Amino acid sequence: MSEINVSRRGFLKAAGVSAAGLVIGFYLPGVRGRAIAAEAPAQQIQYPPNAFIRIAPNNTVTLLINKSEMGQGVYTSLAMLINEELEADWSKVKVESAPVAPVYNHTVFPIQLTGGSTSVASSWEQMRRIGATARIMLVQAAARQWQVPVDECHAENGVVTHKSGKKLSYGELADAANQLVPPTVVPLKDPKDFKLIGKSTKRLDSPEKVNGKAQFGLDVYLPNMLTVVVARGPVFGGKVKRFNADEARKVPGVKAVFQVPTGVAVAATGFWPAKTARDLLEVEWDEGPGGQLSTAGLMTEYTDLAKQPGKVANKHGDAVSALKEAGKTVSASYAVPYLAHAPMEPLNCVVDLRKDSCEIWTGTQFQTVDREAAAKIVGLKSEQVQIHTTFLGGGFGRRANPVSDFVGEAMHVAKHLKQPVKVMWTREDDIHGGFYRPMWVDSIEAGIGADGKPVAWRHTIVGQSITTGTPFEGFMVKDGIDATSVEGAADLPYTIPNLQVDLHSPRHEVPVLWWRSVGHSHTAFVVETMMDEMAHLAGQDPVAYRLDLLEGSPRHQGVLRLAAEKAGWGKPLPAGRAYGVAVHKSFESYVAEVAEVSIDDGKVRVHRVVCAVDCGRVVNPDGVRQQLESAVVYGLSAALHGEITLDKGRVQQSNFHNYPPLRYTEMPTVEVHIVPSEAAPTGIGEPGTPPVAPAVANAVFALTGKRLRSMPFDKTTLA
Amino acid sequence: MISLTINGKSTKVDADPNTPLLWVLRDHLQLTGTKFGCGMAQCGACTIHLDGEAIRSCVTPLSAAAGKQVTTIEAIGETQAGKALQAAWLDADVPQCGYCQSGQIMSAAALIKQNPQPSDDQIATAMNGNICRCGTYGRIHSAIKQAAEDLKKGGAA
Ligand code: FES
Ligand code: FES
Repeated sequence: MSEINVSRRGFLKAAGVSAAGLVIGFYLPGVRGRAIAAEAPAQQIQYPPNAFIRIAPNNTVTLLINKSEMGQGVYTSLAMLINEELEADWSKVKVESAPVAPVYNHTVFPIQLTGGSTSVASSWEQMRRIGATARIMLVQAAARQWQVPVDECHAENGVVTHKSGKKLSYGELADAANQLVPPTVVPLKDPKDFKLIGKSTKRLDSPEKVNGKAQFGLDVYLPNMLTVVVARGPVFGGKVKRFNADEARKVPGVKAVFQVPTGVAVAATGFWPAKTARDLLEVEWDEGPGGQLSTAGLMTEYTDLAKQPGKVANKHGDAVSALKEAGKTVSASYAVPYLAHAPMEPLNCVVDLRKDSCEIWTGTQFQTVDREAAAKIVGLKSEQVQIHTTFLGGGFGRRANPVSDFVGEAMHVAKHLKQPVKVMWTREDDIHGGFYRPMWVDSIEAGIGADGKPVAWRHTIVGQSITTGTPFEGFMVKDGIDATSVEGAADLPYTIPNLQVDLHSPRHEVPVLWWRSVGHSHTAFVVETMMDEMAHLAGQDPVAYRLDLLEGSPRHQGVLRLAAEKAGWGKPLPAGRAYGVAVHKSFESYVAEVAEVSIDDGKVRVHRVVCAVDCGRVVNPDGVRQQLESAVVYGLSAALHGEITLDKGRVQQSNFHNYPPLRYTEMPTVEVHIVPSEAAPTGIGEPGTPPVAPAVANAVFALTGKRLRSMPFDKTTLA
Repeated sequence: MISLTINGKSTKVDADPNTPLLWVLRDHLQLTGTKFGCGMAQCGACTIHLDGEAIRSCVTPLSAAAGKQVTTIEAIGETQAGKALQAAWLDADVPQCGYCQSGQIMSAAALIKQNPQPSDDQIATAMNGNICRCGTYGRIHSAIKQAAEDLKKGGAA
């Protein structure tokens, strides 16, 4: 056992609870944690007694999970962490989403949120400690009842057993344990004793996701609720000048048509009448400068900027002089488009606003931010607002919005209507709705020496800052450099003696946001395709070339070797097929991918993607595999097809026919290999996305001799 | 009033006959297992069975279902194919966010019913209209193969 001494204060601080609050509560008969949070006076809302664990007399253990389940398997992985130490009967463990309260804040950021591939890494200690604390209290309760020393008792599978053979179940002990003072010393298991952690474990949320019972935000129906759709402007930053709702109001079921800050809201008895009426609205818009924006114009502006050095994000040596002296040089410019997240469940938010309280049901990644925004809009204190986090039908970053767009708008609607509302977005609203992955233009010039090794690297990045102007600016922007713009580019793992990476951050009306893997979604593409060009220039094998330059990073090397070996790198492929490789670190995890491609009717076809991942100690191996499979598909959708473009300020895509995600017939075989590791766990939701586009582009080069330097690849006809 | 049978229960619905079945199921009957993803027959999230055929309920008006049998995800487990598919889905731990999964299972159930032993290509063709943004296609494929296998062992589908 590894002894971890935690002072009570320390623990309470770690758990975010005031010293007066109860750290870990058990079942209180007749009271549900969520109900307490929603209905109790303000003081109790902040410190609900049943913070993470509730044990019922029938031995059912309910874990309240403070992270949003959006497909990444967090309900299961955090439950595994708690139960590794709690030692409850896993078959009796259920999970519920936690309400919003400081006790549920992220351990690193002082708010409740799910994002940045941080859930397991940041909860790794906290959740195990919570489980261990509860187990210790249950054992103490049993020892007291039997009048025996604690160390003669042992907890396993939801039962405390005395060496004499006496047994008491957790359900029988919960009440007594609840009266005890939490221990000050909370030892955690030696990893070699782990029973759950490291074992592939079935997701706890699967059963309700195969029979239609899982509740997403869209599935919430309240009595007397109206369904609302909002007509938003055709260009970003536009405002309603005037509108005519005469025809719209005639649609049976329409109850109200009114202006909100984002547009014109139509409220009806259901979605269909609301949407039908919205189509009949006549709205005149004041477009503002957003009406001038076009992708072609932005491309010209960005390309010009990319020719001039920007603000320096990283520099060592003298790249400019070294390039002049280099034996061979290569230069290239790259372009990647705006991308919508397009989660499968369109955005939505249900609000029940009362005089002095408010309940919100929505799939959000950003509980604290949304709650604050909601409270402000309706003039309530944030403690008077409760958010019920439903399942999220995909997030990918879209449901973590620093400006709370979909929740804020729903609050304005609710304020006007004074009855329960569900604001729904159509797919068109979602695709037109902004908060895109920024469009990026990059230029790189690199040179190699006589031995083929890189001697110089100059990289200029152009694209909007995601965090500037948001509350995250203080965290992320330093000296004018938004870390999310240059991540994966300013911190190259390769040994290059002369390097300069600089950045331009133009500003305009298109709202941008983090999109699965954030800056890495473009930096891995440009860096890893350029490394491939350099290997080619040096006349070396792309895997060997990288391994040599990664001497300083054994974990990069480890995944690269493993992916290459499992893919059969270097072995002959059937005619018309080729391999490409890329390796990238993001969210502290290392992923290498080898893609096998062919060309089919002028388009890239991806047959197989072999992934190797090092994400430290793995909690749920099958969960890691799921996330890599998912990240590869998400990355491929963007690499092959994804693009949001503007003309006269209008978004030219609208639904899945012209913003097509990868479909079934395009699915490659995805193999996932995990590097065994005892290092602390790191991110897994995002790191599989960045390497796939460059791996595919490099494979296309190997096959055709043609370099793909812009996405989506489908726009280039290949032979 | 339009009469139809939904999951074996005869039901009368008071709605505009042009209302897509999706919204009748969700907004009128609170059968929320059937999902909205695109509203234009692009994603398959709204797939249900109309007289045993997989259809996109987002573009099928209520009037088209008058007098017919509607089956949704809520009742598909009562069919042999649906039950086998749900079990195989759990075995392969298919769902991630889960939002597309009702539609996936309904499409797969219609396929298995028509073609109890589909080839890889037949599965891909039948499932190509169902989008999964979480990328669960690989596991869906294994699950359908598994269900077909189980049904074969267990007798006729
Ligand atoms: S919602 Fe019907 S096919 Fe997408
Ligand atoms: S499981 Fe999320 S869209 Fe398919």
